[in-house]
Amino acid sequence: MRSRGLIVSLMSIGLAATSAHAADTSEGIKIGVLTDLSGTYSDLSGAGSVWSAKQAVADYLKDHAGAKIEVVQADHQNKPDIAANTARQWFDTDGVDVIVDLVTSSTALAVVNIAKEKNKVALVSGAGSSDLTGKSCTANSIHWTYDTYALATGTGSAVVKTGGDSWFFLTADYAFGQALERDTSAVVIKNGGKVLGTARHPFPSQDFSSYLLQAQSSKAKVIGLANAGADTTNAIKQASEFGIVQGGQSLAGLLVFLSDVHALGLKTAQGLLFTESWYWDTSDANRAFAKAFATANGGKYPTMVHAGVYSSVIHYLKAVEALKSDTDGAAVVAKMKELPTDDVLFGKGTVRADGRKLHDMYLFEAKKPEESKGPYDYYKVRATIPAADAFRPLAGGGCPLVADK
Amino acid sequence: MFELLGVAPQALFAQLVVGLSSGAFYALLSLGLAVIFGMLNVINFAHGAQYMMGAFFSWMLLTYAGLPFWAALVLVPILVGAIGFAIEKLLLSRLYQVDQLYGLLLTFGLALIIEGLFRHQYGVSGLPYSNPLPGYLPLGFMNLPWYRAFAIGFSLTICFATWFAIEKTKLGSYLRAATEKPELVQAFGINVPRMLSLTYAFGVGLAGLAGVLAAPIYSVTPLMGSSLIIVVFAVVVIGGMGSILGSILTGFGLGLLEGLTKVFYPPASNTVVFVVMVMVLLVRPQGLFGTSK
Repeated sequence: MRSRGLIVSLMSIGLAATSAHAADTSEGIKIGVLTDLSGTYSDLSGAGSVWSAKQAVADYLKDHAGAKIEVVQADHQNKPDIAANTARQWFDTDGVDVIVDLVTSSTALAVVNIAKEKNKVALVSGAGSSDLTGKSCTANSIHWTYDTYALATGTGSAVVKTGGDSWFFLTADYAFGQALERDTSAVVIKNGGKVLGTARHPFPSQDFSSYLLQAQSSKAKVIGLANAGADTTNAIKQASEFGIVQGGQSLAGLLVFLSDVHALGLKTAQGLLFTESWYWDTSDANRAFAKAFATANGGKYPTMVHAGVYSSVIHYLKAVEALKSDTDGAAVVAKMKELPTDDVLFGKGTVRADGRKLHDMYLFEAKKPEESKGPYDYYKVRATIPAADAFRPLAGGGCPLVADK
Repeated sequence: MFELLGVAPQALFAQLVVGLSSGAFYALLSLGLAVIFGMLNVINFAHGAQYMMGAFFSWMLLTYAGLPFWAALVLVPILVGAIGFAIEKLLLSRLYQVDQLYGLLLTFGLALIIEGLFRHQYGVSGLPYSNPLPGYLPLGFMNLPWYRAFAIGFSLTICFATWFAIEKTKLGSYLRAATEKPELVQAFGINVPRMLSLTYAFGVGLAGLAGVLAAPIYSVTPLMGSSLIIVVFAVVVIGGMGSILGSILTGFGLGLLEGLTKVFYPPASNTVVFVVMVMVLLVRPQGLFGTSK
């Protein structure tokens, strides 16, 4: 019995080695959610992203009964080396076809390269660095939900136009924070403002008072928070302690998620301006998604990253269906770029040649406590930024895929 | 001289004050660790989790019972201390006869369980807790938040009261005697096991107190302890394992050093404490204020 099992496994290894490229989707599609399941970004992505991927599969299966789709998950702990090792193992031995979410830019940048090397697919929803569609773009990856350029354009230009023309940055010292600072500086300068200085803090940090004092003494009108998650909430909380806003300076949260506003409470967060691509309370479909999400995730509401994971998985499955194969990652991504996107959460959109998913972005303002009517009723829309203006022009990113043409 | 370093003297003073406020937290936390190690020989890895519990308990008291910060400042250390008492009675007390390593492993495991439970229940983003002392004192070179000033003063008071109680009072001398010669002290009619439980509860209560103090200025999250505890352990090692005065002075000193590093070279601010630790261990392995056994 045992030797028979051994022979069967040896045979299957032999078969896999010879016919790996001839296979279609008959062995099923395997989606890997690679995310932060325990650390500082695990509320804005994490288990909620896993749920969203599974929900997308469940919704897809309603019209495609019988398709074999599996969702697996892993914690990359926000560490690029762990992310890279998991991605290699998933692609090489576990039969994963596509990796989604990829929160934290340093991990996303590591994984898109592996997806390219193994000719698989990486759909980045959680990470922000605009380099993912710039100098680090690949034919095997799509950057879905938002990027640092769009955040900078949305918040940066809105703030400069209302008089905030001198900036000081508080920057998380890694790929994402640096990209956000660079992109926002460019927007500020383009709109006639100037950048007075920057303080880069290790990621993650707990005490920001030292950097806030530097920002305060710079006399800049606006303090741009080029960080995310608990770093942003800690910085905002401590800024109020040092009387930064009372002193006439204002804070611009360059990346703020629903989970951050929840953590701050509206009393502290009110009036804060920030840019996002999705908010739960904007349409019936979004509200229904949020309600199901909250039921399954202990009352938490979905962030734009969760919605982005859902949307990217739906589009991936449609492309594989059209192509009737999931083995050639570059071909699937090419198909995803060719087909227009359309899902209940993000509506209609497109994927550009450099891998940028295009949709409208929104400038939100955190509500005053008395304006909030129920749980997670935190945002009001200040402006809608059309997709054409929100993202970096195709030629501006330096993506080799575009330059070749 | 200041200009040579590229920093104005005003900015430097401001950074020193800020450094003192993080030092206040380091000192309170390392004091608890030092008390527990010095008296019980237990390396309490659950200290960070107990600090986090302190912050969460004050949030719970506010949210579910409407009790303000000042009430939490009194109640929470007692609550967290009571949990510490139970941990000592039920678990730790069984490990005094074996190697210290077992106590370390037990408390490390407890820390992971406690953090996991809170993370499961509340997520990692944190919970809002308002500042009970809003406003600040304009000092010219900086705005000193009232709350930070309070935290520094309060921490200093507690630290030196603890030092006094252990080093200078009769109760403290019983305690020190009980750890060195438990049989002899027991023979005098003192309940040594109870005394050890209360000592652990006291050390843990200090962690809870630091948690209450942290809630208004740091995000109340399940991970807040684990990010701080490693630094605090380094503080205890530098000060000298088990040295009460050493942990207090080193706590404040390293807070200042870290504050200065944030001005001159921020990327090193996370590691400067450990560089000092390595140097101290090389030159004076028993720590700055420790006595070699």
